[in-house]
Amino acid sequence: MTTARPQKLADYAPLVFPAVMLTVFFVVPFGIMVAVSFFRRVQGAFYEPDFVLANYARFLSVFFGEVLGFSLVLAALVAVVAVTIAFPFTYLLARLPRRRQVLWLVALLSIVSLSEVIVGFAWSTLFSRTAGITNVLVALGLMDEPMSLSPSFGALLTGLSYHAFPYTVLVLYPALARLDPTLMEAARTLGASPPCAFVTVVVPALRNTILATLIMVFVFALGAYLLPQLLGRPSNWTLSVLITDQAIYQSNLPFAAAMAVFLVLVSLALVGLSLLVGRKEAAQ
Amino acid sequence: MTRVTHGASRRTFLAGSAAGLAALATPSILRAADRTLKVGVYGGFFKDSFDKHIFPEFTKATGIAVESVAEPTGEAWLVQLSQAARAGVAPADVSMMSQTALLKGQAADLWGPLDLGKMKNTANLIDRFINRYPDGRVAGIGAVSWYITLVTNTNVYPEAPTSWAALWDPANKDRLGLLALVSNSFLLEVTAATFFGGTKALDDEAGQLKAFEKLAEVRPNVKLWYRDEAQFEQALKSGEIPMGQYYHDVTGLAAAEGHPVRSTFPKEGGILDSGSWAVSRASQALEEAHVFIDYMCQPQIQALMSRKVGTSPTVRRDLLDLTDAEFAAVSSDIPPIVPRYDLYLSRADWLNQKWTEMIVG
Repeated sequence: MTTARPQKLADYAPLVFPAVMLTVFFVVPFGIMVAVSFFRRVQGAFYEPDFVLANYARFLSVFFGEVLGFSLVLAALVAVVAVTIAFPFTYLLARLPRRRQVLWLVALLSIVSLSEVIVGFAWSTLFSRTAGITNVLVALGLMDEPMSLSPSFGALLTGLSYHAFPYTVLVLYPALARLDPTLMEAARTLGASPPCAFVTVVVPALRNTILATLIMVFVFALGAYLLPQLLGRPSNWTLSVLITDQAIYQSNLPFAAAMAVFLVLVSLALVGLSLLVGRKEAAQ
Repeated sequence: MTRVTHGASRRTFLAGSAAGLAALATPSILRAADRTLKVGVYGGFFKDSFDKHIFPEFTKATGIAVESVAEPTGEAWLVQLSQAARAGVAPADVSMMSQTALLKGQAADLWGPLDLGKMKNTANLIDRFINRYPDGRVAGIGAVSWYITLVTNTNVYPEAPTSWAALWDPANKDRLGLLALVSNSFLLEVTAATFFGGTKALDDEAGQLKAFEKLAEVRPNVKLWYRDEAQFEQALKSGEIPMGQYYHDVTGLAAAEGHPVRSTFPKEGGILDSGSWAVSRASQALEEAHVFIDYMCQPQIQALMSRKVGTSPTVRRDLLDLTDAEFAAVSSDIPPIVPRYDLYLSRADWLNQKWTEMIVG
């Protein structure tokens, strides 16, 4: 590893490949999307190059405002639920013997390999009246008769949190594995119980990691468009679902692009805001 | 709009190519190799069935080889065809198009006009299956049709419902599965046919708003607004969602496999959706295309498709040799509810907005 600052143009050479990839596969498509969002929708056909604001104007309504608000709240809730479960889980995981850690990580990676469709169908079966978990509760005498739990907001939140959980663990794992064990030992020596030491020492020590993970899960959940259709009612549909409708079923690419641009801007603003808050707190 | 969810996968493409090579290897086709027609059909089940049961018969009868092309779903194929036509190329000579896509293509003058005089068998068709430009030129010919009907789980509903009005019955609270889009559920048409005397009631905005208002009353009964057919089919079979709208042919197949489901043609009629053959104006094989479409309009070919592909015939019933049971498996004598495709062109965005607000709000 070198800490020398780049001197010549050639020193920037290693950056060329990622820069080209980023331009070709991110900047250019995003630019096209922004351009299309200003095109003119032709009903009964497709769109024509133009510069109109109608697509954004259509979006600025109470209806879409509510859908956007719901999407943001849902994504934030998923982030909180996933991190709340994954953080203690990863902490315990990082303290297991090496061999068992590997087993857990392999299991988590195999969940990542499942497609959203399979996750959605599995949960809708688990939450069904005819074959779901309520049948187990009935057999145990805890419920009178089986009931259907899906589609509902709870089912959607569960599905999305489940889907985000392995990613959350994998993002938290390096930081928790590197955490200095003497921190805990010092806290214990000073008389703190393990849960108390975990909450007052480990969590604050990794505050920035937690914030970064929350943001990652938030953005991850914001893009969900399949699970809301499989596990949610129409009132639980996110903006991404409506974007898909416009792009694929209504052939209204300009409006879909405008909604997508709006979603990107709002989420970037929120991410920026939370980073700013995090930095301010760290400085104090 | 379109109902086929099977995408055009690499596998179907390879299978198609292999079949093409095998066909070329037979001597009878080699003679006719200079006369080839590229035919676009929905990839997956449709293309496989046509490749297996229909196209070989056509080649045997006419000496024209068919190169089948797997069409993507939605309107992507229309976009590809119209862009290629601008460059003077036709990715397929004849394509099976959904009604909305056909109308959109008409608006762009994409379809080469067809000559009914060269296709005697088109006289067999039911009138609604001839698509015309506003000036009377023929833009498309009905290829296949299919019904969306009222389906129920037989364990939950021992008696079959008789009317679409069952969707509004308060007793069916939280029990229905309905299609999630205004342009593929055709529920406005169903509402108009059931309560307002027919789809004419949707002619003006006042009528459309009245239908929306009436349709909003079914919301408490709907458990699932589905885009994915498999999700509803599974729930219907298990009884989780015991009533809804679904495809007549697939429901019949499921019942034949022993699942407790049934498809009923309500007294107001089933929803009749269809695909039409249309020829790209960039096609160089107009002559062969006419031969092909004429061939497909023969009663015995329509009967063959009903038996092998499960589609509803586009020719008059009295010309068909289908038994009552075979006919009932794919169609009904009750006059159908024909979707108002014109509305999904002229008022697409307004209808979509109202619809989304209705079901989400």
